Amino acid sequence: MVFDLTEEQRMIQDTAREFARKEVLPKAAELDENSRFPEELIRQMAELGFMGIAVPQEYGGAGMDTVCYAIAMEEISRACASTGVIMSVNNSLACDPILTFGSEEVKREYLVPMATGKTLGCFGLTEPGAGSDAGSQKTTAVRDGDFYVVNGTKNFITNAPQADTCILFTMTDKAKAHKGITAFVVDMKWKGISLGKHEKKMGIRASATSSIIFEEVRVPSKNRLGNEGDGFKVAMNTLDGGRIGIASQAIGIARASLEDALSYSKDRKQFGQPICDFQAIQWMLADIATEIEAARLLTWRAAWMKDRKMRHSKESSMAKLYASEVAMRAAVKGVQIHGGYGYINEYPAERHFRDAKITEIYEGTSEIQRLVISAELLKG
Amino acid sequence: MDFRLTDEQLQIEEMVRGLSRKEFAPRAAQVDEESRYPAENHRRLAELGLLGMLYPASFGGSEAGPVSYSIALREVAGGCAATGVGMAVTNMTGEAIFRFGSDSQRSRYLPILSAGKGPGAFALTEPGAGSDAGGLSTFAREDGDGYVIDGSKVFITNGTNACVTIVMALTRRSPRKISAFLVEADTPGFRVGKGERKMGIKGSDTVSLSFEGCRVPKSSMLGAPGEGLRIALSTLDGGRIGIASQAIGIARSAFSTATEYARDRRQFGHAIGEFQAIRWKLADAATELDAAQLLAFRAASLKEKGLPHSKEASMAKLFATEAGNRACHAALQVLGGYGYIREYPVERHLRDIQVTTIYEGTSEIQRLVISRALRG
Repeated sequence: MVFDLTEEQRMIQDTAREFARKEVLPKAAELDENSRFPEELIRQMAELGFMGIAVPQEYGGAGMDTVCYAIAMEEISRACASTGVIMSVNNSLACDPILTFGSEEVKREYLVPMATGKTLGCFGLTEPGAGSDAGSQKTTAVRDGDFYVVNGTKNFITNAPQADTCILFTMTDKAKAHKGITAFVVDMKWKGISLGKHEKKMGIRASATSSIIFEEVRVPSKNRLGNEGDGFKVAMNTLDGGRIGIASQAIGIARASLEDALSYSKDRKQFGQPICDFQAIQWMLADIATEIEAARLLTWRAAWMKDRKMRHSKESSMAKLYASEVAMRAAVKGVQIHGGYGYINEYPAERHFRDAKITEIYEGTSEIQRLVISAELLKG
Repeated sequence: MDFRLTDEQLQIEEMVRGLSRKEFAPRAAQVDEESRYPAENHRRLAELGLLGMLYPASFGGSEAGPVSYSIALREVAGGCAATGVGMAVTNMTGEAIFRFGSDSQRSRYLPILSAGKGPGAFALTEPGAGSDAGGLSTFAREDGDGYVIDGSKVFITNGTNACVTIVMALTRRSPRKISAFLVEADTPGFRVGKGERKMGIKGSDTVSLSFEGCRVPKSSMLGAPGEGLRIALSTLDGGRIGIASQAIGIARSAFSTATEYARDRRQFGHAIGEFQAIRWKLADAATELDAAQLLAFRAASLKEKGLPHSKEASMAKLFATEAGNRACHAALQVLGGYGYIREYPVERHLRDIQVTTIYEGTSEIQRLVISRALRG
């Protein structure tokens, strides 16, 4: 059992932490306030190789491992959770499925520009009627020679307004239910694709979220990921990795809550002493710190398993479930430690609270994670 | 980063799990029922080299290291928590003697501790000095070539049968200096008091000790004069990894009974494991117990490398014991009425695990340690 980071892992931690502190953190409040997509940060992150961390160099990525990805995600999200999720979606949900399931041609055409950060990816699984029940897809793809014709609507799609490429899930055989789902790589500029409503959200406001409408969109068969009917497998496999990204994002947000609350509690004096001298405050800080470390170990374990190509569904779900709930608890306590100052947006505590909430919802709600985990446990 | 156990650690895990399931678990209910100290279990631990895991073979130990020790203790506690705590305190006593003792102290005590001649005990707590361990009042007065100890200790695990007890006592009142002594069972003036009747870990022997003009030679001092509190706190850092491991072992047992029960028990025409109400409890317990295990292994692996691990050991103990308590509660609830009756082991697990948030530093003390470390 070795808990040390490798040289490479330490290096990316330093690089990401430094970049996050210098470039990302000073902008986070403004990005949130204006719901502004941080285009300039994404460009800088592309130069650092952060948009395709675990993608091999031959496909434009940084050629590092999933643990490196988790580490970098945590650091970026510590500064700005929105910037974190933009990065996570590109890495985990857009690059990873092409790397795992795409043909060489598709990899060259779509993965290389995305991993280098020239293009941005999104993941079109959720529909108005298919949230946790991802298998109940209504978007259809009908074979027509060397093409499929796609019709339907996806919603709550992170990165959609800026995305160049979409990993799209469709129903090709409704009778087979979730075994009739097929995944494609789609160019967002293609005819028949339009953006729907741009959502206004509680948090992660600098990340853009909208619906995507597909009307008679012609998708070449060569853009299919895997075979017809493989879509659900592609989605679940992709989300196993994505959950490591979101767990890391949640840890970053939790750390932001803790570090901000800790420094406030050292400065703030009441009853003649810094409030961090009171056990009421110390207890909250000790619990958050302990839970963050527990969450990080669960997350790095899942990442380490993914790197070894071990089955890691249960471990990813545990990491995501636990880390996201820690982020929320940490955020609640962070606001509480700040008192009234935690509730006003002059301090970042309330933003962490708003940002943390989403981690319990997207890429599988906490309830879905508990289903995944308990199903594994009861298999026996 | 590598989350695998070594081959040696896997072997120890398998061996101790087998022993615990075959021999300790079947006796655990009876040991609890009769509040009987399971001396036969202690002997078996000695035979398998599990009582001196933290010092080398030259002193009779197996030097398996903190990670292997954590694994072994977890497995023993999973079968019988009372046997687990006896093992933990014996290993901890031996480790303290190995780390801080003279060669003659090591040669005198370590081989008999690992051979299971009797357990070791660690006497820090007093009626007026619990969490405030530094506030003890037992006094050791220097007198010629020895010290004369007066005072009393309470809640001392293994106290009745211990072949050697580490006793913390003041050797100066102002400024206060605490020193550690190795006291043998038959020392005149050293008396074992009443056994406590406890909520759980009933097979573990918990007694008060009294010292009335108890004369020990100067050579019985462990470490240097005034070094006692440092020895105690440093020993407890390791002890906390042990108690975290004990808690994980107990909770895993409760959890596995609950999982099996959820698969078999049918209500409303379904296995209750199909209901989300039950599944949620299992998912949360499994997640938290995995996290607890990782925290405990991390602390153990820092210790194995000789790195500072005080905060990490406190985090592991705080988290594992509280998560373990939650898991045992949830497990009992999954079993419903069957969880509450003694035919199933879960009510015992819940009674046993409660103490883990109390001894070797309450959860509150762990939070103090952690928050001080955070403040920097």
